[in-house]
Amino acid sequence: MEPITGAEILVRCLKEEGVEYLFGYPGGAVLHIYDALYNQEDIKHVLVRHEQAAVHAAEGYARASGKTGVVLVTSGPGVTNAVTGIADAYMDSIPLVVFSGQVPTALIGNDAFQEVDAVGITRPCVKHNFLVRDIKILAETIKKAFYIASTGRPGPVLIDLPKDITIGKAEFHYPKKIKLRSYNPTVKGHAGQIRKAVDLILSAKRPMIYTGGGVILSDGSPELVELTQLLGYPITNTLMGLGAYPATDKQFIGMLGMHGTYEANMAMHHCDVLIAIGARFDDRVTGKIDKFCPTARIVHVDIDPSSISKNVKVDIPIVGSVPNVLRAMINVIRDEKLRSDTEAVGRWWRQIDEWRAMKSLSYRPSAEVIKPQYVIEKLYRVTEGKAIITSDVGQHQMWAAQYYHFDRPRQWINSGGLGTMGFGLPAAMGAKLAFPDQDVACVTGDGSIQMMLQELATMKQYHTPVKIVNLNNGYLGMVRQWQEFFYQKRYCMTYFEALPDFVMLAEAYGHVGMRIEKPGDVEGALREAFALKDRTVFLDFVTDQTENVFPMIPSGGGQNEMLLAERDEMVSTHDEGMVLL
Amino acid sequence: MNNNDRHLISILMENEAGALSRVANLFSARGYNIESLTVAPTDDATLSRLTLVTCGNEQIIEQIIKQLNKLIDVVKLIDLSETDAIERELMLVKTKASGEQRAEMMRLAEIFGGRVLDVTEATYTIELTGPGSKLDNFLRAVEKDAILEVVRSGATGIARGQKALRA
Ligand SMILES: Cc1cc2nc3c(=O)[nH]c(=O)nc-3n(C[C@H](O)[C@H](O)[C@H](O)COP(=O)(O)OP(=O)(O)OC[C@H]3O[C@@H](n4cnc5c(N)ncnc54)[C@H](O)[C@@H]3O)c2cc1C
Ligand SMILES: Cc1ncc(C[n+]2csc(CCOP(=O)(O)OP(=O)(O)O)c2C)c(N)n1
Ligand SMILES: [Mg+2]
Repeated sequence: MEPITGAEILVRCLKEEGVEYLFGYPGGAVLHIYDALYNQEDIKHVLVRHEQAAVHAAEGYARASGKTGVVLVTSGPGVTNAVTGIADAYMDSIPLVVFSGQVPTALIGNDAFQEVDAVGITRPCVKHNFLVRDIKILAETIKKAFYIASTGRPGPVLIDLPKDITIGKAEFHYPKKIKLRSYNPTVKGHAGQIRKAVDLILSAKRPMIYTGGGVILSDGSPELVELTQLLGYPITNTLMGLGAYPATDKQFIGMLGMHGTYEANMAMHHCDVLIAIGARFDDRVTGKIDKFCPTARIVHVDIDPSSISKNVKVDIPIVGSVPNVLRAMINVIRDEKLRSDTEAVGRWWRQIDEWRAMKSLSYRPSAEVIKPQYVIEKLYRVTEGKAIITSDVGQHQMWAAQYYHFDRPRQWINSGGLGTMGFGLPAAMGAKLAFPDQDVACVTGDGSIQMMLQELATMKQYHTPVKIVNLNNGYLGMVRQWQEFFYQKRYCMTYFEALPDFVMLAEAYGHVGMRIEKPGDVEGALREAFALKDRTVFLDFVTDQTENVFPMIPSGGGQNEMLLAERDEMVSTHDEGMVLL
Repeated sequence: MNNNDRHLISILMENEAGALSRVANLFSARGYNIESLTVAPTDDATLSRLTLVTCGNEQIIEQIIKQLNKLIDVVKLIDLSETDAIERELMLVKTKASGEQRAEMMRLAEIFGGRVLDVTEATYTIELTGPGSKLDNFLRAVEKDAILEVVRSGATGIARGQKALRA
């Protein structure tokens, strides 16, 4: 076999992995790789305008499609710019393979031009990383990276490539399979634990199913729906888990956590058996830990043993992958014709319906000023609930999560763990590339959108028509809300005294811009925008500047200590709560 | 288990650049403490053995073990404090040894099973091995200002009986 260059080996590996899109940005250390990408058609390279966007776009692609996202950046500033995106993918367990250029092996450690210790800088925020020092193991390393990124609890893997490795030559062999003696995720749950869990689950009088991103990451939604409907139990999803169970189904009682519904949080607080599936008991969900689910015995299904009993001690841990474990539970229940306590569960549902009747997501409509919630409701209507929605970070993110009812997994794409402003726009571009025939909307805010605005140019270049729904309140609204509640309205550095004209800006990038100032124009504008199938449209909605996100559990509060709306006086938290985010 | 029990954790990991940093990084990033750490390649050159001493309550130790296992480079590990195990540490101590001190120092070294490796007219350099507590006791037994320098390797260990940690 003819030896080929490291750069060519890389491209061949990507083809072997079936990679469609490579999100990247060139520079000195990766020039050889770019040369190998020239004159080939299989891998389409998307030239972003900032490396952080390359990672978010790859995340958007991965989150929408379930495939591994692939990124290529140069050494030094290229890779440091990518770090935010890598950390974002790490926190939300998104499968990515990131290639970074590095100075030639002989110069490593010399403070060479554009040298940074990429492996060192990214170590705390990757699932694993490699520095390739020998071209003979390049192909195998790439195979390992894709395997590690996409299996078990997924995550980003970085491969640092010194320039001489991309230039040197070796024969190309791509391993068909890879086995790592030190990495063997447990997929199948322990039969004895599953049996014990089923007994506990069926004995419940006040059961509650709480599921998260793990169901989506594992494509376990069909099994979740089947099990939930077989049991007839109430179900709530985390922010990362929305869409895993259809939001319009009557058993769904809304998102839980800091900005979850009253009924979901109250049901969590009062349940006697909690069935946690692919969720990690995040502090935005648990509230104050010692007030969390005080009367529940807990079953926890998770592929990562370190997620189990990390924040909350559980009674029946099951390490395994969601679809496998849930299928096994369904089989036990069906085969043995087991029954739940329908009478007790019926009483429980009546209690939950009383909580539901509080209508915790109601808001005061207005004929004068556009309410942000109203925009999302109309977005839901106009897209018939079918669009892929990406989001930035802030109040608008919460309203999108609360008022757009996601009926399928991978329809809702947002940055949950790291909460990265700037995520939404490049993620929308990645999602649109994965699903060109579907409507994609990016719900954003006047603060967030300005963090990745330059990607409007990339979106023009690659014809990724998405609809940008900017809930423009003139403020860093989420922070302003906290200042209003917890800092006696001292609005320090949250008001934007100068905002650009987003309509002109959109037009400058070659897109369509619209500014909407009256509630009566909201629906029409959305309809007009979505009718422009092949254009990116920037919809700048001028919204109520003072609107707050409700319900809310102030940090440090328990799940039964929710603020429902303006009418609730609270608005102080104790010292312990103040240190929390 | 007590709130701040001491644990001796022994890890078999890939003998690769960066593996040690991953372990050290994990402890600093997650705020766990490391009292001591030793590492060296094993008879199988592709593997190294890392032994560390840490402390924490049951929940923290459980997390430490899970997080260590999660590192891709970690092949296997054992919490030696949970089994019947032998713990050993090497210590080199340079002490003053002149006049009356000389005989006294020699006697102490003998009691603790130490060996004198180097002698000058004013000093001894003594080698001692044993569990950390024994080395602590020796240092306590020696008069404070007689100690010139102390070098400890950090604890390492192995399970008793037929149990062996292998890849
Ligand atoms: C402004 C803001 C407000 C927020 N408010 C809320 C809120 O009100 N409510 C809320 O819920 N969140 C909120 N969040 C998000 C929050 O920070 C966390 O990101 C989120 O709660 C974590 O979701 P999760 O538990 O589903 O875990 P994920 O981060 O999605 O983790 C997935 C879990 O599934 C496991 N897993 C992965 N693959 C598998 C598999 N194959 N089988 C089994 N398990 C698997 C993983 O090991 C992990 O434990 C907010 C974020 C922001 C930025
Ligand atoms: C990169 C980054 N910097 C800072 C923050 C802290 N932060 C969280 S929400 C928010 C305000 C977001 O403002 P905007 O995008 O206008 O959304 P709004 O809350 O007004 O809807 C800020 C600053 C963050 N999440 N990410
Ligand atoms: Mg804003």
